[in-house]
Amino acid sequence: MNWNEVHPMDRLIRADRMPHIWCPGCGLGTNFTCFLEALNQSGLDPDKNVIVSGIGCTGRVPGYTNIDSYHTTHGRAIPFATGLKLANPELTVTVFSGDGDLFAIGGNHFIHAARRNVDLKIICVNNFNYGMTGGQFGCTTPLGAKTTTSPYGNYEHPFNLVQMAAASGAVYVARWTSLHVRRLTNSIKEAFAKKGFTFIEIISPCPVSFGRRNKLGDGLDEMKYYQENSVIRHGIDPNEADIDLNEKIIVGKFIDIDKPTFLDNQPKIRNTSLNK
Amino acid sequence: MSNDPAIRTGEHYINGDYACAEGALACGCRFFAGYPITPATEIAETMSKRLPEVGGVYIQMEDELASMNAILGASSAGARAMTSTSGPGFSLMMENLGLGIMMEIPCVVVNIQRGGPSTGLPTMVGQQDMMQARWGSHGDYEIIALCPCSPQEMFDFTIKAFNLSEKYRIPVLIMADEVIGHMTEKVVIPKKEDIVRYHRKKPLLPPNEYVMYETNGSLVPPMANAGEGYKVISTGLTHNEKGYPDMTAEAQEKLITRLCNKILLNKADIIEVEERELSDAEIVVVAYGSPARSAVLAVKKARQQGIKAGLLRLITVWPFPEEKILELAKQAKTIIVPEINKGQIVREVERCAKGNCEVIPISKLARIHTPDEILVVIKKQRL
Repeated sequence: MNWNEVHPMDRLIRADRMPHIWCPGCGLGTNFTCFLEALNQSGLDPDKNVIVSGIGCTGRVPGYTNIDSYHTTHGRAIPFATGLKLANPELTVTVFSGDGDLFAIGGNHFIHAARRNVDLKIICVNNFNYGMTGGQFGCTTPLGAKTTTSPYGNYEHPFNLVQMAAASGAVYVARWTSLHVRRLTNSIKEAFAKKGFTFIEIISPCPVSFGRRNKLGDGLDEMKYYQENSVIRHGIDPNEADIDLNEKIIVGKFIDIDKPTFLDNQPKIRNTSLNK
Repeated sequence: MSNDPAIRTGEHYINGDYACAEGALACGCRFFAGYPITPATEIAETMSKRLPEVGGVYIQMEDELASMNAILGASSAGARAMTSTSGPGFSLMMENLGLGIMMEIPCVVVNIQRGGPSTGLPTMVGQQDMMQARWGSHGDYEIIALCPCSPQEMFDFTIKAFNLSEKYRIPVLIMADEVIGHMTEKVVIPKKEDIVRYHRKKPLLPPNEYVMYETNGSLVPPMANAGEGYKVISTGLTHNEKGYPDMTAEAQEKLITRLCNKILLNKADIIEVEERELSDAEIVVVAYGSPARSAVLAVKKARQQGIKAGLLRLITVWPFPEEKILELAKQAKTIIVPEINKGQIVREVERCAKGNCEVIPISKLARIHTPDEILVVIKKQRL
């Protein structure tokens, strides 16, 4: 065995930062690999790719990625990324962050960036709770689920993230689980090739914080659960893709449309106005 | 007129908000993110019209949290970026002012101060955010804040703010007030070649040898922008020289000390004050922003009446000119500090005077002091 052999993906990770902070059974390693594989296969120049996150377990992804990376404050990855993209349109800017970061504390930024159609690639890892702080309920926690701050079960209705993305104006909306490695990788590649605000939700196991309290077993059990309970339904109305612990998990590509981005509209509308 | 559409060389009759926007454009600002707020809205309005004319980007964000982050992102991609606001928006910007300090991202934040707290007095003047400018974000840090007192200075100090931010890799605050923002006066915009532009230090090493926060004896590391191949790693977490998160007391001590020292040990370069009639002054007025204008006349009238009065006008309020205040406190009998608040900078003056003289505030809310109101206090000290 050649111990000096280099893994083909090594050029895209900061190997000297390993081991990572994620728990055994966490889906983030797989999700991260899908992103790197998509970047690798896309043929994009890594030096023109930037990855931005907010706070949380998923927020640690950029710090392990060997491209320009910005680990910003809680909820603010999207406006930071907006500045990067608009100041240098040559860059492909990915926001890789969690459900609490992007939709609770950062929810307002998400809907407005989607509305403006800023050319950003949003990847949201949804593990149904705040993992980093030890497993509190959040805006995606299913009704009735137990967490450290919902000991009697969660009283709040959760967001359907793909519905929110579509309603806010995203041009590409898809959902996969950490099990759907090949489909997720292809989806990220499609998002890279797409101009405009794209959104991919990844349902991801959090056995240590969320799974344990909801008797979902370990990471492997959660993956088996996804295998048995996820149903691919491309093109359905995202309104019908609600997540309920007792129902099937609907995955697939729901939205893929074209419309001018913020940077397309600015000169176009200005020129029309000046020529009147 | 210059051929550069960003620089409107010549004499203008404009208000402070417009002058601020023109100053930003003249020194190369090409990105503005903001949210409408009285009395700073004219800055955003001017930028929305002017930036597209010069190839820049204006974006109106959903709030001031987003505005602050957008300018940090834009600056990280290499643009000169600015936002403007007033009290309530300034409060929201505090969160990511800290991020800018931690990530060492140059940018300019303009606060046209109005009356607070909360919604307060949107259309009337205040200087109530001076301590927030110093301590408003959590954690220990040093900051640079400038206080203009005329539309001309709104133009000049915006350029100065950009240059300081690029030089020290730090957000720089322009702590103006409503009177200055809305006052219309002559503003002279110089020729392009007479406008000094300082650019951030670029890495001299190739990307494979570049270390994010290696300072090589200086206190300010060179800065690679996104997209230049340097594989920037930037985080709001405490980090080591490589930019990697480092959750140790040693890393915290080293990083925060350097972030503070890059300002504190360069005070001589950063701090600027204006001195009037101070050489033999027994009564010193220390003022900044719009009250400093009234103080000029108050001191002049006092001198005409044979009182040895002088004025120290603070141009840089943060870092605070501690040594200058102590020197004056040893010389003068009294220092008088007129402010449009309940007494903020007067506390700093008291601290620095170290009991060497009496320090008297003149607090006024929502209105600028008249020269006579300051003169009355000066004359009282003579008795």
